[in-house]
Amino acid sequence: MRRGLRDVLFVVLPVVIIAAVAPLLYANELLLFSFVMYLTLAQGLNAIYGFTGYLPFGYVGVFGAGAYGFAISVMILGLPPFAALAIGAAAGVMLGLLLTPLLRLSGAYFAIANLAAAQAVYQVVSNPALQDITKGPYGVSLSEVFAPRLSYEVGVAVLAATLLAMAWLRNSRFGLSLQAIREDPISAAMAGVAVVRGRTIAWLLSALIAGLTGAVFAWHISVFYPETAFDIGISIFATVFTLFGGAATLIGPLLGVLVLYGVYNTIGITVPQYFQLIYGALIVGLVLFLPDGLVSLLTRRGIRVP
Amino acid sequence: MSPEPLLRVDRLVKRFGGFRALDGVSFHLVPGEVLGLVGPNGSGKTTCINVISGLYGRDGGSVTFRGRDIAGSRAHMLARRGINRTFQSPRPFLSLTVRENVEIAAWNGRGDGTKADLDGLLEQLDLHRHAGRAAGDLNSAQQKTLDLARALATAPKLLLVDELAAGLNPAELTRMAERLRELARGGMALLVVEHLMGFIDHVTDRVIVMNAGREIFEGKLGEATRDPEVIRVFLGTAHAR
Repeated sequence: MRRGLRDVLFVVLPVVIIAAVAPLLYANELLLFSFVMYLTLAQGLNAIYGFTGYLPFGYVGVFGAGAYGFAISVMILGLPPFAALAIGAAAGVMLGLLLTPLLRLSGAYFAIANLAAAQAVYQVVSNPALQDITKGPYGVSLSEVFAPRLSYEVGVAVLAATLLAMAWLRNSRFGLSLQAIREDPISAAMAGVAVVRGRTIAWLLSALIAGLTGAVFAWHISVFYPETAFDIGISIFATVFTLFGGAATLIGPLLGVLVLYGVYNTIGITVPQYFQLIYGALIVGLVLFLPDGLVSLLTRRGIRVP
Repeated sequence: MSPEPLLRVDRLVKRFGGFRALDGVSFHLVPGEVLGLVGPNGSGKTTCINVISGLYGRDGGSVTFRGRDIAGSRAHMLARRGINRTFQSPRPFLSLTVRENVEIAAWNGRGDGTKADLDGLLEQLDLHRHAGRAAGDLNSAQQKTLDLARALATAPKLLLVDELAAGLNPAELTRMAERLRELARGGMALLVVEHLMGFIDHVTDRVIVMNAGREIFEGKLGEATRDPEVIRVFLGTAHAR
């Protein structure tokens, strides 16, 4: 797997190193954390969308489940952060497992059903009747475990693990078989690919990444409300970044986050009055001229990107 | 003594709502045999292939492959057990390369496709020059060939061929017919659905003529063309005497 090793050395390693040392060079740790979070989430979405073609609009539901899994573990069970992270990740996977029947749907139907499921989880979590467990709409405070630096570092570790998993997916037989499912599930079945199993594994991997990221997010910001953890904007960002860079590749979602989230923050600070205009124009331009993302500038010339 | 059938289809029924697409079809195939399936559009030929290859469930009868009933087996399991097919409209993985298309089938199908085997297969089917190109960039004849390559990469014992000849030019037709005969000589059983009678005549050992989900004739193609029921179905009552 020489190509895989090359991807790790020239893509994964530099990104992880830069993310790890960034707080030493730049003081706005919350912004840096947001970058790390979206870098991870975009790859998690890539695992299911890029490789199997299923677009989970309600991806934030799994993220929120992870965040609340963490929060409840700390508040109710009194667990230390690392154990709570495991519970958060497990909550994401459990929700993913619960939603696997949705994989029977295709295209827009899956996307919509997935979004509805995320809304359902949000409604449950924010229900005042469950205040004793989730704190309902009043939000959670995890000040006793607040550790911005350590949680940032854990966030980078999760990013590293995610990128390694994606580098494997990009270069493995399993990953290629998943892409066959995306292209044509019937043909893939005739090629001997276990379509249902492949989709399920990709979706659960994606859910694991979102659950874990949500848990780290909860730890890092430590005070949040249901509408923060289940903000549909998180789904939209992860989707747009992945599409902007180019799905089914390792560097596509990375580029998407760095360019688009970079621009987002730059124009949001410098010329906020034109913010939506510029941002909207950028996305419209992408859809019109580069529907397969930035990497298609290379791939359409026959150049293989990591 | 004829060899043990590889595939035995017995009184197979497939309904779509109130429509019986297959209405009690029975036949068998032995290794190395090429059986043609002919009939007018809508007579149930492709449905038959879809049921045998596991894409459709069935509503009655049985399909036995290598002595085992394959009821309820998913398509990918059947592909691994040795049943594969081509599609009337080829369905390659368009954004993947020709080589990747075949690799996926070799890895998942039976797991014994070495690099040399795949190179050999691509060369045999004249696809080696396109190995690095995206399947979507191939012309339709090449995509049909790639569909066949994808099926063959799983090393099938039974190959279901659905209108492979349509759209090929005469030279390609002759080559394709020769390829199929060669596969049969190697011991593979083939079920060939086709409208081109010249092709069927060249390739098959015997044919089944279907109409409205039933078989109306089984035997040599030459005899079929003299069968009054076959003539009635294809040409109308006036021609059948």
